[in-house]
Amino acid sequence: MSQKLKQFSKNQIFWPLMVLLAILLANGVISGGQFFEMRIVDGHLYGRLIDILRNGSKLMVLAIGITMALATGGTDISVGSVMAISGAVACSIVDGRLLSGVSGSVTVAIVLALLAGLACGLWNGVLIAKAKIQPIVATMILMVAGRGIAQLITEGKIVTINSDAYYFINGGYILGLPFPLFIVAFAFVVVMLFTRKTASGLFIEAIGVNSVSSRFTGIKVDRIKLMIYAFSGLMAAVAGLIESAGIKGADCNNAGLLIELDAILSVAIGGTSLFGGRFSIPASVVGALIIQSISTSVLAIGVAPEVTLVVKSLIVIVICLVQSKKFKEMLAGKFSRRAVKEA
Amino acid sequence: MKKRTWMCVMVACVMLLATACGASGDSPEGSGANEKLVVGFAQIGQESGWRDAETASIQFYAGQNLDTIDLKFADAQQKQENQIKAIKSFIEMDVDVIGLAPVVETGWDAVFTEAKDAGIPIVLVDRMAAVDESLYATFIGSDFIEEGKNAAIEMSALLGGSGKIVQLEGTVGASAANDRKKGFEDEIAANHPGIEIVASQTGDFTRAKGKEVMESFLKTYGNEIKGIYGHNDDMALGAIEAIKEAGLKPGSDVVVVSVDGVKGIFEAMAAGEANVTIECNPLLGPQFFQACQTLKDGGTVEKWIKSEEGIFRADTAAADLPNRKY
Repeated sequence: MSQKLKQFSKNQIFWPLMVLLAILLANGVISGGQFFEMRIVDGHLYGRLIDILRNGSKLMVLAIGITMALATGGTDISVGSVMAISGAVACSIVDGRLLSGVSGSVTVAIVLALLAGLACGLWNGVLIAKAKIQPIVATMILMVAGRGIAQLITEGKIVTINSDAYYFINGGYILGLPFPLFIVAFAFVVVMLFTRKTASGLFIEAIGVNSVSSRFTGIKVDRIKLMIYAFSGLMAAVAGLIESAGIKGADCNNAGLLIELDAILSVAIGGTSLFGGRFSIPASVVGALIIQSISTSVLAIGVAPEVTLVVKSLIVIVICLVQSKKFKEMLAGKFSRRAVKEA
Repeated sequence: MKKRTWMCVMVACVMLLATACGASGDSPEGSGANEKLVVGFAQIGQESGWRDAETASIQFYAGQNLDTIDLKFADAQQKQENQIKAIKSFIEMDVDVIGLAPVVETGWDAVFTEAKDAGIPIVLVDRMAAVDESLYATFIGSDFIEEGKNAAIEMSALLGGSGKIVQLEGTVGASAANDRKKGFEDEIAANHPGIEIVASQTGDFTRAKGKEVMESFLKTYGNEIKGIYGHNDDMALGAIEAIKEAGLKPGSDVVVVSVDGVKGIFEAMAAGEANVTIECNPLLGPQFFQACQTLKDGGTVEKWIKSEEGIFRADTAAADLPNRKY
């Protein structure tokens, strides 16, 4: 038993999981248990933990998509803008201002929004894999231009819609649990099967460690990269659907604003190196939950608006230090030295 | 060969993108020496339906008077540094007047002084900047403190003078947020002792944040919350979704008072989900260009040109709805 525990503590997901539990526990203590309160409202679960899961769903989806890009040593900073595009496409169609022929069909809206995200991802992939532009530069193009494209689609307005079917993407419940969670679970299972039950996970890590030698061993580096960025775009589109459904509208200027940084941070907190190589999708998902629980706890504790960001950044710094091997060794060194002195 | 095809595709795409950007058309062209009124306007960006309406009003007015007005419009995407950049380029273009809706209150002294030295008057639109009065020509806009005060009076009337409420604040540092908070809180403290503001948190003037913050408030205070005051309608619209998810009825279980008067809140009021909106008129185009013309002609304008505003309640919302332009 203890052997197994020891083994688990060496797993990449161990520390992120501990941090998440620590944050939740700290919240529980500060709020006197109220944080974990859960009740049934209109036949679904209602409570802060559900809030974290639902509001964190878009970040989890993004983290799942972006992890593989980071594992190849690349990055994708266009996801926030792609979210805006997907929301703009979907809401414009549901509203009927775009493709009025389909009379606001939610299915058509979702399919086209996802295709738009996929197209954005492919564009990134082509720039990176074929034109050999550095990933941060290549994806920056869409990061900047994407919001403009989204505004072009909505004609610079916030498109408000009143479709219960569309709202279900964010506000719906199945078995008392929020629907976005099922989207996350689906994406998670698909990616886990793909990366762990086939050799592709190994290929991705190999590219991250050394892309040139991977190519010499016969791995189709370009094709895999293209696929990874296309997938990241698709996930961003999913996140965009979740976000726009939540506010019943496409808010192009604010949808997913700066969320790419949160997504990258989620992956980093999850312990995947931004230089590429070994990666863990579950750890990234936990990382996303950590970020969301920080936001939720800041609101729950009632930090004054002026210092919210400072509090958030302090927590992130502590988490990064806790994760740092060097820092842990330093601390351990201090303590053991003191132990020696005392002895 | 293969490489070449890719290159062709890339080039084609880039060109397509370039034309698309050109079509959106806010690239300023050389002003040239003409008798037109040349105005540079540095807008915050699109943050809400309200600001969209203001932008539309200014662009519409300029579009109607193409032969007398040359408008150079810059969208700052909510960043002060972009607005400062825009103002600097307006100074370089030597426009007649610079219009600005400052995204935050502070940090404008240097660039305003630069404009003053170049002899270009600055007209502040709808938001104030914390600078010396001599640095700008006039301020066109609403009295945010008065709006906050009116919201407090309406809230108190809706709740019969007592109850716990929460406040959704705007972007930290924005004058609209600072003053709507001050006007509201001062009025509550002075004349409505029964009303208690139990929590106040920023929702950044956006729907998504407004919803998230309200979700959190509802978890902490539950049914105790009898009313919510939003510094803008969009945050209130987000909060309405959160209230519904909590199994409560917005508009009756929790009364909703907000500021702006966008179309969405009128729809919500007509559906009985919101109660009062304090109008903050964004259709400032005519007043703005009038002031600009006066300034160009060397005339003087008042330091504060107030915009015309009203209070709209749920009972007349259905009738008002068709008249709402934004």
